[in-house]
Amino acid sequence: MNSAAAKHLTDEQTKDIDENIEWAKINKDVLRSMENPRRGYWVAMFISVCLFGVMIFAEVWQYNYGMGDALLNTSHMWDLYISTFVFWIGMSHSGTLLSAILHLTHADWRKPIYRFAEAMTTFSLMTAGIFPVIHLGRVWNFYWVMPYMSDRGIWPNFRSPLIWDAFAITAYLTSSVLFLYVGMIPDLAICRDNTTGWRKKLYTFLSLGWRGDDAQWRHFRFTYLVIACFLIPLAVSVHSIVAMDFAMAIMPGWHVTTFPPYFVAGALYSGCSAIITLFILLRYFFKFEEYMTMPILDKVCKLTFVIAMVWTYLNLIEFASVWYGHDIPSKEVLIAKATGPYSPFFWGMMVLGSVLPFALLSKFVRRNMYVMFFVSIFLNVGMWLERWMIVTPTLSLGYHPQAFNVMWPGWVEWAMVGGSFGWFGMLFLMFVKIFPCVSMYEVKEMVYHRKRTTYADVDEMMELHSGVPGPEPKPQENGGS
Amino acid sequence: MSGPAKRKAPKTKRLLGLFGDFDQAFDVIADIRHYKVPGVTVDDVTLKSPIEHPEIEDVLGERPCNIPKWAFWGGLFGFCFTFIMLASAQANFLAQPQGGKAVITVPSNIVLAYEMLILFGVLSTLTGFILGAKLMRKSEGLYDKAISLDQIGIVIEVADTEFQPLKDIFKKHNVIEIHEESLT
Repeated sequence: MNSAAAKHLTDEQTKDIDENIEWAKINKDVLRSMENPRRGYWVAMFISVCLFGVMIFAEVWQYNYGMGDALLNTSHMWDLYISTFVFWIGMSHSGTLLSAILHLTHADWRKPIYRFAEAMTTFSLMTAGIFPVIHLGRVWNFYWVMPYMSDRGIWPNFRSPLIWDAFAITAYLTSSVLFLYVGMIPDLAICRDNTTGWRKKLYTFLSLGWRGDDAQWRHFRFTYLVIACFLIPLAVSVHSIVAMDFAMAIMPGWHVTTFPPYFVAGALYSGCSAIITLFILLRYFFKFEEYMTMPILDKVCKLTFVIAMVWTYLNLIEFASVWYGHDIPSKEVLIAKATGPYSPFFWGMMVLGSVLPFALLSKFVRRNMYVMFFVSIFLNVGMWLERWMIVTPTLSLGYHPQAFNVMWPGWVEWAMVGGSFGWFGMLFLMFVKIFPCVSMYEVKEMVYHRKRTTYADVDEMMELHSGVPGPEPKPQENGGS
Repeated sequence: MSGPAKRKAPKTKRLLGLFGDFDQAFDVIADIRHYKVPGVTVDDVTLKSPIEHPEIEDVLGERPCNIPKWAFWGGLFGFCFTFIMLASAQANFLAQPQGGKAVITVPSNIVLAYEMLILFGVLSTLTGFILGAKLMRKSEGLYDKAISLDQIGIVIEVADTEFQPLKDIFKKHNVIEIHEESLT
């Protein structure tokens, strides 16, 4: 790398992207990334596969010896499984939701990073979906949640939020996958045109015969826009419904009106933190320094800070409404969270979730990859603790004194939680190796528009495009009058 | 009294001109709009590009796109179908004690119907996209890998008499390469 290029990549960089990148170089860099990642990629893949192996072992153990070995035969019938389910649903939110919002608001800095964020959504949902199934114990009965006509005329209870969950997550997963896929079609055509062997066959099949016609682009633009419009309310509704799993129950600490927006804010928060972590990893694995730039990271960090403050506000609102609400059991649960056996984790959540984000006010922190990597991980640890602190303290101190029970998760639950990160990591790393994780055509658009805006005389450009001659009247046949 | 109707000459060739940037391609289209190639109109032009250029519509003129209709009808179907399906299921689920509550529960059904409104809306939009953009079909003729890289292509089907004038216009605007194929 020459000195000019090196300077360009320092933390003093101010532009989201270098407008002078050649389009051919964008193709070349992204296609190369799918062939030759750094060694760190393979280390991450190895760790993910090992963690997933641990999860398989734990599931086989639980299958053979029953739910009791996961310590879920007490009043703590959900514990880490539901906490981690909510955590992964939350992780899924930022990818698609932020991508759709930023697309509608024409924030073009999303273009180099939205692809992997959308992939994160898809694989987070696939990870979240594992937990209710694991928690069934009899995993083979998972399809009972689907509304189908059985021989006995039995239907699921449509009044239950758990059924709403099944509908919402199915809709969200399907729509997110399609949103990710539709946005990828022009890039799949690029891959088709530049690869050989099994990759060419795969991309030829998936690109659906895309040839970049104006009709294809026109339909593509409308389709992408419409799906983005559908996805924003869908994403909000999905996490509201997940919140209703708790809020519709009359358990102390759960029956709270602010739960749906609180969950949505928490979801966005953890999703943004995860985007930062993956941003840094992918930038390193695939040498994407010219696309995943410091100014873009800076913007994501600022967004994360804003969402962290919203989350903190909603948290405090929830505490205040319980404190002043004169609902004694709820108040006891709140006090127990702050002073009881789970208090280290509660205060850990508060510090990591509400205090640590203030570090993002520092430009030094926002523009330091190493620091941001650990900060983003700690933010997500805080968000995972948040979900645990929603579930477990309430279950340990419900309405029935005979069920008061402090419970610490056993190895089976921890193995499932750790394994879920392996499962997610494995799927995500496979995706970024097979599919382009930077959107080539959109980075080209970004470069094209910024270059014209930056360097071209704006008046000249206006004249050029407004001056495209319209159709002139056809010459009259037969002389006319 | 008008003379005999002038028939369009049959198209015998398909031409693909590759250009280095949008401005050159737009200049060719501007010439076509000025009828500098008799018999060829802007409606005959297909523009192929590596990115979606926002001014393409200004240059080519408005062309149809039915995606919003697909989205609307898909969403409407999803909502109505789900609500009716749930209500029918609830009305037939006699084994479940209702405990004095309504058999058909409108609020919870609306939540589920809302989710399915979005799901069917998305599926329908995708169907409209595949049909409207003519995807998943046997590819039609000329294409060059450079289009997915950094060049802009203009494809036009022409009659024998229009072939040379069009080529001249391509050359006038610095065409990089011209591909042609016979339609007969």
